[in-house]
Amino acid sequence: MTDIAATVAPTVIGRSLWGDAWARLKANRAAMFSLYYLALIGVVSVFGPWFVPHQYTTIYADYVRMPPSLSAYPKADMIETALTEAIKRMRVDIKEWRQEGNQVFVTVKSTRPIDDRNIRYLDRSDAFDDTKIESKSPDGLEVTMSASIKQQYFLFGTDNTGRDLLSRTLMAGRISLAIGLLAGVVAVVIGVVYGAAAGFAGGKVDEVMMRIVDVLYSLPFIFFVIMLVVFFGRNFVLMFLAVGAVLWLDMARIVRGQALSIRRQEYVQAAEAMGVGQRGILLRHVIPNLLGPVVIYMTLLVPQVIILESFLSFLGLGVQEPMTSWGVLISVGAKNIGTANWLLLFPAFFLVSTLFALNFVGDGLRDALDPRDR
Amino acid sequence: MAASETILSVKDLRVRFRTLDGAVEAVKGINIHVKSGETVAVVGESGSGKSQTMMAAMSLLASNGEATGSVDYRGRNLLTLSKSELNKVRGRKISMIFQEPMTSLDPLYSIGNQLIEPIRRHRGLNVAEAREEALKLLRLVHIPDPERRMKSYPHEMSGGQRQRVMIAMALANDPDILIADEPTTALDVTIQAQILMLLAELQRKLGMAIVFITHDLGIVRRFADRVYVMRQGEVVEEGEAEAIFVNPQHAYTKMLLAAEPTGSKAPPPANAPVLLEGRNVEVTFRIGGGFLAGEPLMLRAVDHISIRLQRNQTIGIVGESGSGKSTLGRALLRLLPSDGLIRFGDRDISQADRQAMRPLRRQMQLVFQDPFGSLSPRMTVGQVITEGLLVHEPDLSGKQRDQRAVEALREVGLDPNARNRYPHEFSGGQRQRIAIARAMILKPRLVVLDEPTSALDRSVQKQIVELLRKLQADHELSYLFISHDLSVVRAMADYIIVMKQGKIVEEGPTEAIFSNPQHAYTQTLMAAAIDVTRFRLSA
Repeated sequence: MTDIAATVAPTVIGRSLWGDAWARLKANRAAMFSLYYLALIGVVSVFGPWFVPHQYTTIYADYVRMPPSLSAYPKADMIETALTEAIKRMRVDIKEWRQEGNQVFVTVKSTRPIDDRNIRYLDRSDAFDDTKIESKSPDGLEVTMSASIKQQYFLFGTDNTGRDLLSRTLMAGRISLAIGLLAGVVAVVIGVVYGAAAGFAGGKVDEVMMRIVDVLYSLPFIFFVIMLVVFFGRNFVLMFLAVGAVLWLDMARIVRGQALSIRRQEYVQAAEAMGVGQRGILLRHVIPNLLGPVVIYMTLLVPQVIILESFLSFLGLGVQEPMTSWGVLISVGAKNIGTANWLLLFPAFFLVSTLFALNFVGDGLRDALDPRDR
Repeated sequence: MAASETILSVKDLRVRFRTLDGAVEAVKGINIHVKSGETVAVVGESGSGKSQTMMAAMSLLASNGEATGSVDYRGRNLLTLSKSELNKVRGRKISMIFQEPMTSLDPLYSIGNQLIEPIRRHRGLNVAEAREEALKLLRLVHIPDPERRMKSYPHEMSGGQRQRVMIAMALANDPDILIADEPTTALDVTIQAQILMLLAELQRKLGMAIVFITHDLGIVRRFADRVYVMRQGEVVEEGEAEAIFVNPQHAYTKMLLAAEPTGSKAPPPANAPVLLEGRNVEVTFRIGGGFLAGEPLMLRAVDHISIRLQRNQTIGIVGESGSGKSTLGRALLRLLPSDGLIRFGDRDISQADRQAMRPLRRQMQLVFQDPFGSLSPRMTVGQVITEGLLVHEPDLSGKQRDQRAVEALREVGLDPNARNRYPHEFSGGQRQRIAIARAMILKPRLVVLDEPTSALDRSVQKQIVELLRKLQADHELSYLFISHDLSVVRAMADYIIVMKQGKIVEEGPTEAIFSNPQHAYTQTLMAAAIDVTRFRLSA
C-alpha cells in the first residue's frame, strides 16, 4: 500500500467510531431483535396500564385466581353461581332464571315485599351490570329483573385477591424498569465521576480513593439495604437511589482502569505535549473514550438492579402493596406455584425475557464498540 | 541447494473477508510453490496479503475470512482437511514463528516447560528424554547457558532470545517447512542480523524449507533463493532472488528496491543560534522498593547527557530499545521530570512547571512512533489537528481554525477533505502525516520526532522523510530525530548521538560517524545494519 495522499471525493463525511459501532450493532441480529423487544416492553409497560380495562388495584371478589383465558368472564357455568350468590345477598329466593344472549332474566320471590333497591346487589356482583326491574307482581312479592352480563377479559388470569394479572404485570414492568434505569443512572453517574477522577488524578489520590471503594465493597450488602430501609423508610424512590449509590463500586473500578490506560495513550501524551490543560484532556480525550465501556456496563447494570429489586421485594424489603414489581409478583407466584402457576409464569416470563434482551444488547454493544479485529 | 521436489504449492488462492462494507478480497488468486530445502521469501508492504496467504494455508484466518483455491502439502489440500488431520501437519510438518516473540510465548510457564511439553506430546518421549531434546534445541539456536535458561520465564529474556526460543519450539518436531512471519521486525538491528544468520545456519544444518515473510526486500537478498513480490493481494513479480535484485522487472519491485531513504542534510552554519541546550540531563525512574519494600530501586534512564541543538539542525539520536533515547527526548521537552540544566532559546526551563511551560509548548512539538495510538480515535482529523490552536490561539473562530487545518493538511500532502474523517479511516503513512500536521499547525521551532518512521512501510518511510526535510527547509525547524534505523537517520540528521544504556557512547557529524565509527558499539550497530540491508554474506 503506497501512501498516496488521501484522494477523497469532496464533502466526504467520515464515519465516526460511533457510526461504525452502530453499523456493527445493526448487523447483529440478536442484539437488534433484543433492542426492539426492549422498546416494545418499555412502551407496553409505560402506556399499557392505561389501555388495560382493569386497574391494577381493582379487586374482583368474584374472580379470585381465575386462570388466564382468551374468552371473556364470566363463563357460562359461572353465571348461575354468581347469580345465586347475588340473590342470596338480597335475602330472597330464586324462582326461575334464564339467559337470553347477553342478558339474564331472573324472577325472585320473597315472603315480604321486595324493595326495588335490592337490584344493586346484582349490580355489585362483578358479573352483572345494568340491572333493571322488568316486572313486579302486584303484591310486590315477586320481581323479575334483567341484567346484562358484564364481559370481562382476564388474559393473564387474576391473582389471589382477584386483581387482573395483566395490568399488574405491566404496572410491575413500569416499576422494575424505572428502578433499573434510576438506580443504573445513579450508579453510572457516581461511578464514572469517581472512577474518572481517581484514574485521571492517579498516584496517591487514586490509591486513597480506591481503598475507600474497597472498604465499601466489604460491607455486607443486605445489611446495608436494611439500614437504608430503616433510615429512609419504605420510600422506594429514595431507596433505589440508595441502591444505585451502592452499585457504583464496580463502575468506579472499571472506569478508573480505563481512565488509567487512556491516560497512558499516546494521544493523551500528544495533547500534553501540545500544552492542553487537564480539563481539556479530561473532556476531549478521556471521557469520550470512556463512554464505550460505560454504555456496555450500563446495559449490564440495569438487569443487575432489576434482579436486586426482585430479590429485595421477594424478601419483603422492596416495593410495597398495592404497588408491585416483577420481583413481588414472582414472589407471590412462587407461593402459588401448585395451584395457580400463571401467577408465576407471566411475571417470570417478562422478567426473564427483559433480562435476556438487556444482556444481548450489552453483548452486542460490547462487540460493536470494541471489535478486536480493528 | 539441492531443491527438487515441490512440497508446498499454493494454487489460485483467494482470501476474502466479510466486513460491514461488503467482502474484501485480501488475496486475489495467487500461485506460490516451495521446494524442499529452499528458502522462499514473500515480500510486500502492509496490506499486500502476504501474511494472510500463509494464515490461510495454516487455516488460521480470522473468523470472518474464507479461503478458496488449493494449498497442497505433499499432495494433500490443507484447505479441505479436517481439524484433526490438519493438526498432524500444522505444527509438526509445517511450523510457524511470528513477529512478536513476547506474545507468542506463554508468560506463566518457564521456557523449559514450554519446550518439553510439545516434544513429549508429539514424540512420546519421557520427561528426561524430552528435556535432553529441549536442551539440544536451545543449543541449536545458540541460547547461552541453556540449562539455566530452561528455568527462565519469557519476561526474563530479551527479545532476541525469545525469538530464538520461538525458533527452537518451531523446530522441535523437525518440520519440513518453517514459515517465518516477519521474525525480525520487532527486534533491534544487531539482533535482526543474528536471527537471520541463525535461520540460515539452521537451514543448512537441518535442510528444511523456509518461507520468509517480510516487508523489507533488502534483508532477503542474502537469505532467499526465490522471491515473490506481492502487492494488493497479487504476486507482481517472482523469480530467483539474485535476478530480482539485479534486474527487477515490475515497477513496484523497483520502487521497493529504491525505497531506502537517500540524500543527506547539510549542517547549519556554525553560528546559527542554539535553540535547545541540555547540560548534564539526568532522568531516574523508581522501579521498585520504596515504602515498606526496602531501599528504593532506581533506574537511571538518562545519565548525564549534554546536547546542543541549533536552529535548522537535525540531531539524530540512535540507540537500541531501552537505551533511553525516547526518555531523553521527553525530558528535554519537560514532559518528564529531570535533573540538570535545560535551556530553550534564552530561557532556562529546567524548573518550569506546567503553567510556565504552556506558552512554550507551541514552539516545541512531539511526533510519536505509533501513528495508530497517537491520534485520538473519537475525534475527527480536523479536531485532532486544531486541538493545539484551542490552547495557544483561543481567539480564533471555528472558521479560522478550519482554514488553518486546511492549510496544515495541504502542507503535509493530504487532501483537506480529510479533516471531516476519522483517524481509523487512514493508512499508517497518512496518519503519520496527520500527526505531523498537528505539530506543524502551531508553527513550532523545535520538533522531537520519536521514531516517526519505524511503524511504516519502507516506501512510505521515504515519503515521510522527504516531507520532514521539506518542512524543515520551509520553516527553519530544528529536529531531534530519535530512531533505531540508521538508514533513515543518515538521510535526516546532520549530527548523530549514539546512546547506550542512558549514556552517550559516541557523537559527531553524520558522515564522520558513518564513515569512521570509533566506539565498538557504534561499529556493531553499523555492521549489523549493513549486514542486514546491503550485502550477501558468503553463505
